[in-house]
Amino acid sequence: MWKLFHQFGSPPHFYRLAGHLIPWFGGAALVLILVATYGGLVLAPADYQQGDGFRIIYVHVPSASMSLFAYTLMAVAAGTGLIWRIKLAHAVAAAVAPIGASFTFLALATGSIWGKPMWGTWWAWDARLTSELILLFLFLGYMSLRAAYDDTGKADRASGLLAVVGVVNVPIIHYSVVWWNSLHQGATIIKLGKPAITGDMLWPLLTMLAGFGCYFATVLMIRTRSQVLQRERNSRWLMDL
Amino acid sequence: MPGAAGTGGEGMLSKDTREILLQAEGLKLWRGERCLFRALSFELPEGAVLHVSGANGCGKTSLLRVLCGLTEPEEGEIRWRGRSICRCREDFQHAFAWLGHLHGFKAELSARENLAFSVSLRRETDPDVRNETLGQVGLDAVADLPCRVLSAGQKRRLSLAMILLSAAQLWILDEPFTNLDPKGRNMIADMLDRHCANGGTAIVAAHQDLGVEQRYLRHLEMEDTG
Amino acid sequence: MNGPLSGFGVVLARDLRLAFRRPGEMANPLLFFILITAIFPLGLSPEPELLRTVAPGVLWGAALLSSLLALDLLFRSDYGDGSLEQLVLSGHSLPVLVLAKTLAHWMVSGLPLVLVAPLLASALYLPPEAWGTLMLGLLLGTPTLSLLGAMGAALTTGLGTGSALLSLLVLPLATPILIFGARGVDLAVQGMDPVGPLYLLAAILFLALSLLPLAIAAAVRISLD
Repeated sequence: MWKLFHQFGSPPHFYRLAGHLIPWFGGAALVLILVATYGGLVLAPADYQQGDGFRIIYVHVPSASMSLFAYTLMAVAAGTGLIWRIKLAHAVAAAVAPIGASFTFLALATGSIWGKPMWGTWWAWDARLTSELILLFLFLGYMSLRAAYDDTGKADRASGLLAVVGVVNVPIIHYSVVWWNSLHQGATIIKLGKPAITGDMLWPLLTMLAGFGCYFATVLMIRTRSQVLQRERNSRWLMDL
Repeated sequence: MPGAAGTGGEGMLSKDTREILLQAEGLKLWRGERCLFRALSFELPEGAVLHVSGANGCGKTSLLRVLCGLTEPEEGEIRWRGRSICRCREDFQHAFAWLGHLHGFKAELSARENLAFSVSLRRETDPDVRNETLGQVGLDAVADLPCRVLSAGQKRRLSLAMILLSAAQLWILDEPFTNLDPKGRNMIADMLDRHCANGGTAIVAAHQDLGVEQRYLRHLEMEDTG
Repeated sequence: MNGPLSGFGVVLARDLRLAFRRPGEMANPLLFFILITAIFPLGLSPEPELLRTVAPGVLWGAALLSSLLALDLLFRSDYGDGSLEQLVLSGHSLPVLVLAKTLAHWMVSGLPLVLVAPLLASALYLPPEAWGTLMLGLLLGTPTLSLLGAMGAALTTGLGTGSALLSLLVLPLATPILIFGARGVDLAVQGMDPVGPLYLLAAILFLALSLLPLAIAAAVRISLD
């Protein structure tokens, strides 16, 4: 088990493995997203309350889930890198941050577009949107701290520490925002959430989630590979390549 | 190609039975794009001064910071009395005193206050002992002024007073001669001689001769690998 | 000869003495706190009804910002003159030492905010019944802010950047404190029991006290490397 851990942690091994996996995950992402788009836009019936406007959940919900997943993954990778001093883990953490920030931004943007017909305003202080906004700042803080350090090793450790402290804080932030929102909620606001969902609305959503997951994995592997290239530029195995 | 190597043993005429205090084995450190040193090893018994020399930028300060435990080496191990310093970090820190490029005290406090603070982190001392040390380094006239008005050489002397009072067995000094007048330089040489005579040991990075008695002296010449 | 707490006392005493040697710096967060609070009536209107409704949020927001203000210097001055190296190498447990530094910082920058809060509360027409809750909330919340800020300060100490990065790192993490603190005052204004948010603030403080010193110590080591 330990050996496997270390073998996977070795950059050359990862570099080759990811090279083989990227086309498969990329292809799966393309197929799944296309199928889910067709299902979501054409096959699924319109919502009795929100009409066709609800269809934006096929982008909003998967991006929101991916953004949270990305933050957790970033913190786990950074923690692994800090504790076991595995350089590849730091490379993964560095690679995942901009992807997570993009998904967070996408979730915010789609939430706000959805808000216009639902609430008549581009922005409402809805619990989920507010949490996503804070999450976006957590990602931006992580990326700015990393960018502020010249030395990659120091940047890895400093920003990794921030991610670990952040991930302990994320549930507290989330629940405090939900609690705050439940106290101040106005009567007119329809909660941004799952509408009463039926089977033919649900399967495109789940397919889209799987598609986003595959897309996430593909981009993550591409970005980590380029991180590895940058970090290992002086090592022998790269010269041999 | 070994980046830097060489332990000098001029002081070891008779095969001595002194205890080995500090051992470094196979140290390697990268900084940015450059390998500062690799496969660097030496050992240091009690009653010896290791003079680390080499051109600017060859990694003297980095080596000293590695030995203190401020920087982690890429590879290699440092042992204090046979135990890896990762395992006995606190014991090791109690056993050595460090003087870096920065003087290590506060400009707002007086020399007397700074010395009292620095010593009280390590052990309890009598105010008389501290005053005596201030006199020894030639600061008694300015001991109550805030340190920001001291000259650079006087600040260096205060740092040396902290080293003297630390009761540490190992001194790690980075360019201690900076800003000192000839009298101050002799003072360091005397300090080091007395320290060695009492079974202490020191590592000193400096460009010039230390002026220490030959029988205590060892050399580590670092090569520039840039 | 040394218990783990002896280093704590020595560092605390030194930092407090240093703070009193720089009285101007010590007064800054307090002045900032008063100034931010004074800006709101100028920007909104002097109407008591309106000010009373925004007072909890304004006071807590001002406390959050002003406790961040002085944090940039917490480790930077020790880093600049080499004292930080000496602390790290002193053979004491580093989390205990950084906790002492943070406590000293809170005593000169956080505690005055707690004490002066009723004055500002009355200026914003907050009813006296809520003053106790405001002070207790600040007493429980500002130490957490100092600890979070100390971590941000330790992470950015070795960098040339100013305090903008520090705020970007710390403010998102501090939102729960703001929410619970302001909500507690809100409840007290409405004559309800504010004990729930206060318990939550206390719980977060204990969590921060037990975990953050370790993180701050690790961050200090990184910035010295």
